[in-house]
Amino acid sequence: MTFSGFLQQFINAISLGSLYALVAIGYTMVYGVLRLINFAHGDVLMAGCYFAFYGMLVFSLPWWVSFSIAILLTALLGILIDRGAYLPVRKAPRISALITAIGLSFLLESLALVIFGGRVKPFHRPSIFGQVIQSGDLYFIALNLWIPAITSLLILLLLIVVYRTKVGMSMRAIARDMTTVRLMGVDVNRITSITFALGSAMAGAGGIMWALKYPQIDPYMGIIPGLKAFVAAVLGGIGNVIGAALGGLLLGVLEVMIIAFLPSLAGYKDAIAFLILILILLFRPTGLMGERLPV
Amino acid sequence: MKKVFVLSIIGFAVIFFAAGSFGAETVRVGGVMAMTGAVAAYGQDAWTGIQLAKEMVPTVLGKQVELVLVDSKSDKIETANAVSRLIEKEKVIAILGENTSGNTMAGAPIAEKAMVPMVASSATNPMVTQGKKYVFRTCFIDPYQGEIAAKYAFNELKAKTAALIVDKSQDFSVGLAKFFKDAFTKMGGKIVAETFCVTEDKDFSAQISFIKPTNPDVIYEPLYYSPVALFTKQARELGMKTPVLSCDGAQADELIQIGGKEVEGVAFTGHFHAKAATTMLAKDFIARFKEKYKTEPNSFHALGADSYFILLDAITRAKSTEGPKIRNALATTKNFEGITGKISIGEDGNAEKTMVIMVVKDGKFEYLTSVNP
Repeated sequence: MTFSGFLQQFINAISLGSLYALVAIGYTMVYGVLRLINFAHGDVLMAGCYFAFYGMLVFSLPWWVSFSIAILLTALLGILIDRGAYLPVRKAPRISALITAIGLSFLLESLALVIFGGRVKPFHRPSIFGQVIQSGDLYFIALNLWIPAITSLLILLLLIVVYRTKVGMSMRAIARDMTTVRLMGVDVNRITSITFALGSAMAGAGGIMWALKYPQIDPYMGIIPGLKAFVAAVLGGIGNVIGAALGGLLLGVLEVMIIAFLPSLAGYKDAIAFLILILILLFRPTGLMGERLPV
Repeated sequence: MKKVFVLSIIGFAVIFFAAGSFGAETVRVGGVMAMTGAVAAYGQDAWTGIQLAKEMVPTVLGKQVELVLVDSKSDKIETANAVSRLIEKEKVIAILGENTSGNTMAGAPIAEKAMVPMVASSATNPMVTQGKKYVFRTCFIDPYQGEIAAKYAFNELKAKTAALIVDKSQDFSVGLAKFFKDAFTKMGGKIVAETFCVTEDKDFSAQISFIKPTNPDVIYEPLYYSPVALFTKQARELGMKTPVLSCDGAQADELIQIGGKEVEGVAFTGHFHAKAATTMLAKDFIARFKEKYKTEPNSFHALGADSYFILLDAITRAKSTEGPKIRNALATTKNFEGITGKISIGEDGNAEKTMVIMVVKDGKFEYLTSVNP
């Protein structure tokens, strides 16, 4: 493999990894606060894409307005999911919440199928992202530089919220001990909803960038990225925000580079993520950066 | 008084239910189509074609035709379930569908065992009808498609080397790739690279990076419309200007919607183009389609409608709705003037058809030429 070939793949790996990182953060934050794997997270990603799509198509909004509104709507969807589906089962055994999550995932997919139709829709890619950049033998679209940049910015903002604000402190405290935090007079339900809003907004942003990268959307598009982001979150250490980001990057790099060095395995690309999941659960279930606190 | 009242109610109920069985019978025809999922374009288009065909010919043997649709969700297991359901629960006398080879092959054994004729509109892999008496198709088969594609690449595109991207999760793609490779190498061409993907893949950068240094004269993409669009788009973005040749699966609106300007120039072999229409039925169908949908029908609309017409023709010639009789009539279809050309089906269940070569130009599917068997 030539150096430029390697670099070509590496740029793509970082770009894909950033997307996994964004979505993984949503999984990890919700787990940290509620000890729940929100299986509907991938479908929240899909919803964000459709909001952005219709914003541009039906309301003829300029793309940056449509994307911003879509992210806000996705955050609202997250709050709705929390209040409507997970809050009622907060006191029930964890298995109930898990089943609710799976059911919610099917609900979102089926709703999207009925409302938006079964055929794939083309996602508009603004020319600022689609510009092909060439450097000798190296070709890539501007989007592959924008994605890591925007992702870094979003993660940075999120880390500021989590580590430098009172809301963030409440989130971290709830992850430690929900009951005591309640006794301290913190409105746990409000903080949980904010957690969902933030995680879903990240998923929405990740989804839109995913749709920019692979410009077709369909009701089931969230399943694979959602599953891989889940693997990334587990890889980095479920419950740990920085772990999720690193896990996402690592997963993206592994997925792209393994296929780059072994192109005959190209048909098994998705299997790599799930193989990693099995290996991590077998040998280091707390993930690379470990859980934030021992249970 | 109360007794009289109750008795008359019962009387009316008896008459009502008895009358039901004397009512007009319908001929129930089932349709298993991919209305959602990876190949939803084919299923939805075929069903649109079938429904328009039904408007044109709504009766057979003096009875109304009743269409029953079950979504295959572009999935093999769902197709098998759909076929079972149509036969056992909906009690259809024949089935139209499915649209892709892999899925049709999943449902075919069930129809075969139940002796219910199944007419696939666009499943092109030879194994779909092989060894079966009750499975038929209204389209050409892939050894032919691969051969014509190879001829086009070698003679028209003057390609001496070719690279392939194959969808290993679809029987159709694997089969067609093989037929293309065999024909291309027989003519003296060389396959310089062969890479794989699965239908749901979105990222082809690894495959493209593998193909790029081999410098092929043509890239052959025997894939469905989504992978063709994404692969070609990414290949162009990664700096490959190589001509792209694809297959009948490329003719869906989504190809152009998703591929945009990067799929300009993609040529492909296919079943039908409105400009190449020859038969009266074709002209009638196209005119009605344009009036209703303000656009020209594509291969899948046309093939779907043809499967309906051919089935009805067979039922008419058989003068019966019994499976074995319809089957024998289907196997003796001679020169039926379908929308997609003259269709003759033999004992093997296959149709010998004219192939159409098309190209994406100015955001539309343009007709290039026809190739006769």
